[in-house]
Amino acid sequence: MTDAELPGAFAAIVDDFQALTEPDRLQLLLEFAEGLPDLPERYADHPELLEPVPECQSPVFLVVEVGEAADGADAPVEVFLSAPRESPTTRGFAGILTEGLAGLTASQVLAVPDDVPHRLGLDRAVSPLRLRGMAGMLGRIKRQVRERVAA
Amino acid sequence: MGLPADTDPSFADYAHPERLVSTTWLAEHLGQPGLAVVESNEDVLLYSTGHIPGAVHLDWHTDLNDPVTRDYVDGAGFAAALSQRGISRDDTVVIYGDKNNWWAAYALWVFTLFGHEDVRLLDGGRAAWIAEGRELTTEVPTPQPTEYPVVERDDASIRAFKEDVLAFLGGQLVDVRSAPEYSGERTTMPDYPEEGALRGGHIPGAQSVPWARAAQEDGRFRSRAELESIYLQEKGLDPSQPVIAYCRIGERSSHTWFVLRHLLGFDDVKNYDGSWTEWGNAVRVPIATGDQPGEVPQR
Repeated sequence: MTDAELPGAFAAIVDDFQALTEPDRLQLLLEFAEGLPDLPERYADHPELLEPVPECQSPVFLVVEVGEAADGADAPVEVFLSAPRESPTTRGFAGILTEGLAGLTASQVLAVPDDVPHRLGLDRAVSPLRLRGMAGMLGRIKRQVRERVAA
Repeated sequence: MGLPADTDPSFADYAHPERLVSTTWLAEHLGQPGLAVVESNEDVLLYSTGHIPGAVHLDWHTDLNDPVTRDYVDGAGFAAALSQRGISRDDTVVIYGDKNNWWAAYALWVFTLFGHEDVRLLDGGRAAWIAEGRELTTEVPTPQPTEYPVVERDDASIRAFKEDVLAFLGGQLVDVRSAPEYSGERTTMPDYPEEGALRGGHIPGAQSVPWARAAQEDGRFRSRAELESIYLQEKGLDPSQPVIAYCRIGERSSHTWFVLRHLLGFDDVKNYDGSWTEWGNAVRVPIATGDQPGEVPQR
């Protein structure tokens, strides 16, 4: 595990998880699952604009929007994720990413450490496959950010 | 001992129809003494979002696997998990779950390792129950703990290890993974180094039958005639000869184990739970690639 720093909102989420016992961490993950916002209409009606995340065992789709800025690194990033209600664990991770990355710039998103799924204290309760799914989502978000900043 | 079997005519042709119950049967028997309902999912949170009233939760990862060694829990661990959930040795256990009962079948196979006699699957699993609009609750039962006996796990009858498979080459092997996993084709993912196995492909001589072919669209098992057309006619498997099924870690192949053993009545079916995550990483074991079973090396 590295000590790379997390952006404020994301660090607060990690702290919340770390402060809880394992059953309560799962309960919090469930709350994130329930709190995952629906896709805005422009994506809900156009699934072809979203990228699938095959690392997840369930159908997960994501798309990243990068705003305008003089220096691409400062451009604001918005992340949209969808995951089925029958897959609450995956939805929970999508919810954490949505909330944790909200309001960050491109360079801040790219600086989020890749080991963040393992900082939530869920390694024992949630199968490694699931945590890899979250890593897959984060990796794809970063790749989309890089592509859009370069474009 | 045990509840009466479900006499649903759609099960009658199976070799062991008493291993399945329908949603109707379960709804009629819920709450009866001697019945334990167990939900086992791939997704650890799904049970918390709503489950069949009275069902207890058993997680394949935290409850059935040893936390340190790559193995199942031992007799004491299994007894503790079941006692805590109020399950007795002579209970009729009905297991159901998500994804066509994929993990439920895995749990059933582990129950069988410990010789729990009366263990059944809910045909169609969680999805069938929900699709019929049947009752769900978020209320978690607090059963009176039981004293489930400590039973030694029997790994000899239905479990195969790598050495067993090596000695079995040339026998009937069924690979239940997807076609690209079987062929060894790389599914490369950008920004995501492939994990799991150092080599792609399958065990030489293994037939490819992706596990979900045994299920219908609604998650229920296919009819015996349909299953026979896949496993017997198409793949030429002989029910009187031993067979070993495998996948990546032994979960999907538990589903196929159930089909071959209980629905088609194969005499000797083993699940190789080391599966591809062991075989595909092992040194100097033979591997075949492509969409054909391949040459079985001379021993």
